[in-house]
Amino acid sequence: MMQRASPILEVRNLAKRFGDHGAAGLRNVDFSVSNGETLAVVGASGSGKTTLARLVMRLLPPEAGSIHFRGQDITALRGEGLRRLRPHFQMVFQDPLAAFNPRASVRRVLEDPLRLHGLAAKAEYDTVIGATLERVGLSADLITRLPLELSGGQRQRVAIARAILTKPDLIVLDEPVSALDVSVRAQILNLLLDLQEETGVAYLFISHDLAVVRAFADRMIVMEEGRITETGMTEQVLANPQSNATRILIAAVPRL
Amino acid sequence: MIFWRQMNFEGRAGLILLAILVLMALLAPLLAPGDPLAITGEPMLRPFTSGTHMLGTDRLGRDVLAGLLHGTRTTLLVAFSSAAVALIAGSIVGTLAGFLGGIADTVLMRITEAFQTVPGFLLALASISVTGPSVATLIFAISLGNWTQAARVTRAEVLSLRERDFVAAARTLGMRPLEIAFREILPNAFGPTASLAAISVAAAILIEAALSFLGFGDPNRVTWGSMIAEGRAVLRAAPYLSIVPGLALVITVLGIHLIGRGLSRTERLQP
Repeated sequence: MMQRASPILEVRNLAKRFGDHGAAGLRNVDFSVSNGETLAVVGASGSGKTTLARLVMRLLPPEAGSIHFRGQDITALRGEGLRRLRPHFQMVFQDPLAAFNPRASVRRVLEDPLRLHGLAAKAEYDTVIGATLERVGLSADLITRLPLELSGGQRQRVAIARAILTKPDLIVLDEPVSALDVSVRAQILNLLLDLQEETGVAYLFISHDLAVVRAFADRMIVMEEGRITETGMTEQVLANPQSNATRILIAAVPRL
Repeated sequence: MIFWRQMNFEGRAGLILLAILVLMALLAPLLAPGDPLAITGEPMLRPFTSGTHMLGTDRLGRDVLAGLLHGTRTTLLVAFSSAAVALIAGSIVGTLAGFLGGIADTVLMRITEAFQTVPGFLLALASISVTGPSVATLIFAISLGNWTQAARVTRAEVLSLRERDFVAAARTLGMRPLEIAFREILPNAFGPTASLAAISVAAAILIEAALSFLGFGDPNRVTWGSMIAEGRAVLRAAPYLSIVPGLALVITVLGIHLIGRGLSRTERLQP
């Protein structure tokens, strides 16, 4: 896909340390995501991908550097100001079961974004939720189910429904298919691609699976020990890897 | 009843005992009409010797059975209310401490520890001697020494829950911290706290009885503790006056403990 103007997300010199040794921390991470683009972040476990996702989502405070979302500096944004911006950048978690309050029904899970940001009148909740469930390929009848009563694929579809309800410009996908059966992975990825085509949402796609990244992402960055070792168009990076980390990841892709 | 099927033998035995007690409390005005503190017959009648006074009468000629039945009401009312107050207060404090962390956590937990270092009975006694005895002040006084355990257990549970993804998801949706704490976290932290309920109720029954025994109970109500105290004066001549309410106390606490054991087993079966 073409590079479009005006980055939706701009990350500059982001750094984060845990403990004394900086394990799984980040150092000088620099990248941007354009409108409607998919940027993959790949790396082995412990390379700092998930930390990066949590920093971008403002779930963790960074140590240094800046995060700009739609041109606004959100690095130090807190409280009401941050809450007002929340609907515009959403996240889908790796483990779809852990991402839901075990006591909340699908209805309650999907009502929350509508209620918190006043996106629909109370009387319309069920209509909006039903339509969104159908949009992500689920029956509106599932509205009364608890997360435990859904399959892994269904749960991830509900998680995606929750993320798109607020019509965000950016969705951070933290390994959205790695906890799923291989048979449903392609369905979920196709759903995400369809939604992107329809709404023009940008994805920051965290993954360690290069086969998935090749099919899914426009550009990719490769991380190793909290640093970016390589950046580029997905095809180019995979065809002509420059760093060791990338070569190791490529070698790890199973060939049948 | 939902519990019944999941309960083991101990739990079921406890539930039956509690059901009998609740029935006794509810039916007290029917089974023993009138004021249980009224003099209704000859004093010091032995149990099973009179048709009208099944369990005999005390020094003043008050019916023991009537006292026992009406005492059930006070005992259960005070015990369950104070356990509920203690659990609710404790889980609110524990949730706030665990969720807010930092200084709030330190302050709240030091306060909790301060309460823990003083025996619960002493706290209740001190509180009652300040406020004067009534059912409401009794409930407050007993829960004063009873909420700390719930606070600690809830805090521990909240500490592990707050790192879970569904809490992060609530934050990314822009939910406010207090709503996250009380709507998302607390209901999930409540399981282990609820299994403290049985211990709390049993402790409350014993404290209430001890306070009444010392004369700090509500003077307008019969309680088992006050009946035991009343019988103490004539313990050699009429030991049944203390034994009958004492047995009721033992059976009640036993029943509650059995339910508690049954509950802690079933809790593990639930997701």
